[in-house]
Amino acid sequence: MRPDTQVPGAQKTGTQATGAQRDGALEVAVLVSVGRHPVTGRARRADQDARGVELALSLDRARITLLHAGGFDEESESAIRGYLGMGFPAMTLVEQPQGADVIPALADKLNEARPQLVIAGERAERGEGSGLLPYLLAERLGWPLVNGLADVEKIEHGVATLLQALPRGQRRRLQVRLPAIVTVDAAASAARQSAFGPAQRGEIEAEPAAVEWDEAPPEWNVAPARKRPKRLKIVKAASARDRFKAAAAKAEGAGGQVLTDVTPEQGAEEIFKLLKDEGVLR
Amino acid sequence: MLDTLLPILIFSALALAVIGAVRRIRLWRRGRPARVDLLRGLAAMPRRYLVDLHHVVARDKVMSNTHVATAGGFVAAAVLMILVHGLGLAQGVLGWPLLAASAAMFVGSLFVAKRRRNPPARLSKGPWMRLPKSLMAFSLSVFLITLPTLDILPAGAGNWILALALSAVLVWGLGEMFFGMTWGGPMKHAFAGALHLAFHRRPERFSTKGGEGNRSTGLKALNLDDSKAPLGVETPSDFTWNQLLGFDACVQCGRCEAMCPAFAAGQPLNPKKLIQDMVVGMAGGSDAHYAGSPYPDKPIGEHRGHPHGPIVAREGTALVDAETLWSCTTCRACVEECPMMIEHVDAIVDMRRFLTLEHGNTPGKGAEVLDNLIATDNPGGFDPGSRMHWAADLNLPLMRDVGEAEVLLWLGDGVFDMRNQRTLRALVKILRAAGVDFAVLGNEERDSGDVARRLGDEATFQSLAKRNIATLGKYRFQRIVTCDPHSFHVLGNEYGTLGGVYAVFHHSTYIAELYEAGRLHFAPWKGGSVTYHDPCYLGRYNGEYEAPRNVLKALGIEVAEMQRSGFRSRCCGGGGGAPITDIPGKQRIPDMRMNDVKETGAELVAVGCPQCTAMLEGVVDATAEVRDIAELVADALMERSADSGDGNDSTRTPQPVAEARPVVKEVTP
Repeated sequence: MRPDTQVPGAQKTGTQATGAQRDGALEVAVLVSVGRHPVTGRARRADQDARGVELALSLDRARITLLHAGGFDEESESAIRGYLGMGFPAMTLVEQPQGADVIPALADKLNEARPQLVIAGERAERGEGSGLLPYLLAERLGWPLVNGLADVEKIEHGVATLLQALPRGQRRRLQVRLPAIVTVDAAASAARQSAFGPAQRGEIEAEPAAVEWDEAPPEWNVAPARKRPKRLKIVKAASARDRFKAAAAKAEGAGGQVLTDVTPEQGAEEIFKLLKDEGVLR
Repeated sequence: MLDTLLPILIFSALALAVIGAVRRIRLWRRGRPARVDLLRGLAAMPRRYLVDLHHVVARDKVMSNTHVATAGGFVAAAVLMILVHGLGLAQGVLGWPLLAASAAMFVGSLFVAKRRRNPPARLSKGPWMRLPKSLMAFSLSVFLITLPTLDILPAGAGNWILALALSAVLVWGLGEMFFGMTWGGPMKHAFAGALHLAFHRRPERFSTKGGEGNRSTGLKALNLDDSKAPLGVETPSDFTWNQLLGFDACVQCGRCEAMCPAFAAGQPLNPKKLIQDMVVGMAGGSDAHYAGSPYPDKPIGEHRGHPHGPIVAREGTALVDAETLWSCTTCRACVEECPMMIEHVDAIVDMRRFLTLEHGNTPGKGAEVLDNLIATDNPGGFDPGSRMHWAADLNLPLMRDVGEAEVLLWLGDGVFDMRNQRTLRALVKILRAAGVDFAVLGNEERDSGDVARRLGDEATFQSLAKRNIATLGKYRFQRIVTCDPHSFHVLGNEYGTLGGVYAVFHHSTYIAELYEAGRLHFAPWKGGSVTYHDPCYLGRYNGEYEAPRNVLKALGIEVAEMQRSGFRSRCCGGGGGAPITDIPGKQRIPDMRMNDVKETGAELVAVGCPQCTAMLEGVVDATAEVRDIAELVADALMERSADSGDGNDSTRTPQPVAEARPVVKEVTP
């Protein structure tokens, strides 16, 4: 665990102070979605989103807004009330019909509310689940994004010190100038229990929003996912110790290359070449 | 001189008692309203006291006789004293019974004093230690002041100094007995206890002239539809007023403490202290004056409460720590023992409900289990579609296919547990051998909601219960049979208020019935000595002590009873979600239970509950095997007709005892 420090996207931050900075509270928005239980498929609070809410609750002097963009029916209500049950009197529902692209609506809402920190789960448990929403939002808002967050260590003078989770328990300490979007996955601490009382009492404040339809999905063929074959790493080891070392070793990418100081065109060319070599593009 | 002094003393004591009573009643009235039939309760009170309460007290003969003499003597003496000395009525006639009453009370108080010389640890000390002296002071002084009225002693005997000394002793006695009764002395138990019996939260518990009382053991449902209705108990004043009255009635005899498995295991729970803490909270203050055994490892004097303050703090300490509430296995040993009929388990679950439903703070694996119950309808998070995998080869008739059967076999969540699957297979074999027309719900079955409810999650319980009731409503059956006493209790006693009324039988009861009807035949028992462990939810919750023993008797087994069996059975530690919340103690409850088994020298302990099986089988180095009654029965099953070739082992010629030790074997029919 060798934390190294980087300052990604520091120059991208806007200079205007957001409203919340004035009274010293940290304005945090957590994007929450309707999850899907892996065994029964029932609607529930999505695991990663709930971890995001938990992360927000761990922040000092944070004023947390829960944002859900989507439809509202009996099933989704019980699921999003699960987030209220973590101890919130209210949450905001950005009303979007089934099949709408929620990114413009969310971006408008965030632009208007101007939170300093936006927390989201890595990927949704329903719908496309592409994990692209935070990236597209960040692109639209022009904010930096940090993925795979394990913890927020501190936030001072508009700069957050974050702990990013890397494979095999490694952590990387990062500093990012706010406002920023961060995403959490299973490396963040587990969500607290959702209590029935606050969940039932919590208010869901619906806000109408402009609807932009997602054009692409109707053209797609949707089929149930199949388990993909996994590339095996063959370990030729004589002793148990070697096998253990091999199993616990850091994944070393063999044959990779680090490109620095290249033009975007050169970079894109290299990536295109790699994808061809790997058989991703034909 | 006494003639003028006595009425003054008596009536001022009475007046003070009345003022104290009003103050006390106002304390109780801080609780939530509860619907109680006041007049009927008061009318039923003498019977509840003389029959039901006495029934419990009489388990300790010496103490029972002591109490009859002391309390009976006191009540008679007090009434007569008011008439004779207070009002000066019929002194010649009533003087004699007054003498007799005070003499009886004095004899009783001698026995009280004897018990207080070396009191057992369960008794509270403090002010209770002066009680025998106060009883003697009262009885003796009343006796002596009555002598002159009967001319046994001339009125002028002694001088005024003696009279004054006597009056002083009488003031002490009156103070303890009248003033202390309503102002919070040890005698409070008489005043609060009498009213508690009259206004009890579960009047159906008590016997009537018509017959025995019901075992009213089902938890009371919360109203979840009304968003203003409180979810459980946060502060002492959130209890109903008659619950508060019940806490105030406690005599601190500590019978609950002596029976509590969690206390014995060194977990931070003592039912007596818990009730006293509720009294402290009701009145406001600290627990520093409590003079009994503390919660194990929790010093006295660090907790304080207020009628409108939280019982369990979100952070830090308040009146009670959460782990105290989560240590309870809901085994009801305390309720069964309590001579005051206090409902400890109700109170504990009420407070747990608040912790789970409002704080969202169920400890240990609680939150995970509740989430699983919500998402998968079983506590383990298993695929509900895999419920019948254990019976893939059994070809069990499904209710969905047959629609109607005489018996609905409720399988319970034990279907996911490989140990309990053996029990279930045995039970199926038995039902088939007896030719019972039965069917199962299969994948339509859900967890009964027992664990959710006892973990305080009333919402999940009601959701599961309502969906189960809807499923059960689709089919026709005469009765439900289950091998899980927890499902048995919930289906039989707790679904009723939600609209599901069923005739539910524990498998031991049903097997006993089948045997008596001549539908089952058993080969004689050839194994070693056997003891039987009464599951709490079968015994104390449902009063079924006989049927399992009858089945064992039918198998030819003579049960070597444990010292704690029947209504005093010690819990296995598996109830009330205790294995899920897993509050640490000094030893494990199932280890203590297996020690009880060891003391009988039994080689095998018969059980009738999947929880008990799991808990007792989890004991390392146990001296006895754990088998469910269904397994024992299935092993002993004998075909009725000798020519049906496939008789099992037990029909063959008797084998040497050493080889006949029961072994686990496949019981597929």
